[in-house]
Amino acid sequence: MEDLLEIAGEEIGNRLFIGTGKFSSYSIMKQSLGAAKAEVATVALRRVDPDSKNENIMDFVPESCRVMINTSGARNADEAIRIARLAKAAGAGNWIKIEVIRDNKYLLPDNLETLKAVETLVREGFVVFPYMSPDLSMGRRMAEAGAAAVMPLGSPIGSNRGVKTRELIEIMINEINLPIIVDAGLGRPSEACECMELGSAAVLVNTAIAVSNDPVKMAKAFSESVYAGRLAYLSGIPAIEKTASASSPLTGFLRDKK
Amino acid sequence: MRININGKSEEIKKSTLGEIIAEKGLCQDNLVLEHNKRIIPKEEWQDIILKENDVVEIVSFVGGG
Repeated sequence: MEDLLEIAGEEIGNRLFIGTGKFSSYSIMKQSLGAAKAEVATVALRRVDPDSKNENIMDFVPESCRVMINTSGARNADEAIRIARLAKAAGAGNWIKIEVIRDNKYLLPDNLETLKAVETLVREGFVVFPYMSPDLSMGRRMAEAGAAAVMPLGSPIGSNRGVKTRELIEIMINEINLPIIVDAGLGRPSEACECMELGSAAVLVNTAIAVSNDPVKMAKAFSESVYAGRLAYLSGIPAIEKTASASSPLTGFLRDKK
Repeated sequence: MRININGKSEEIKKSTLGEIIAEKGLCQDNLVLEHNKRIIPKEEWQDIILKENDVVEIVSFVGGG
């Protein structure tokens, strides 16, 4: 049976979600999404710069890829809600990653404002993915408010520091009955794999792919690593033991019997 | 008259929202416009006549994580 992630009635085969920021060009971004066979990509909304080139990023997102709009730039719930409505009006669908950030040094999210935005946007029919600092109680509240999944951070955005919040994420995976998607801070494929082995439903990666020397190859590396981690999780990872347990038979057939 | 476009005060002649967008030469495919915090569907851009101190936001999609 195919292992699909179901969210809001949609089935997703590839559990690597890719962010589209920081690529050197939209063309490289498109090739990277293709190489990873990504099925979900995040995109942001910004004030138009009249002097910027007039390329439409949506033309570079493969058709097989669902777009999730993030509310980056929002400093409170109202701004996040406003961005979500604008994105919908622009025809970007109703999958929204809520990102509310007031801290410019670590870019850590404001969980309370995020929750407020989730409550409102769920009522308006959005499929809502809150990006949050890992916290069980807040995660539960996001679930109660109708979030489609929760997205705890592994470490600060773009830091490539890996899953520093591992223990908290594990608790969320075990206790919250929603897909847990680890977002932010994953710097290498092994860290994405680690998240999947823990039982994350998916991971979202942007910087580590986009700023590598070969984003197309790195996207593929992440994709395969996420797949490997998922398979391992589904297989049931054996417990860690204090002492050895021989893999080969230990009957001492070359020795004399006592 | 002066209006505020994307956070900047600009001097414009009497015009509609649609005329402003055309004048700026923006690719209209995926633009979204807010006029005094109200989202304006593309079909209505030509109907909105701008007034002194109006606030216009012009946004579109960019890469993001």
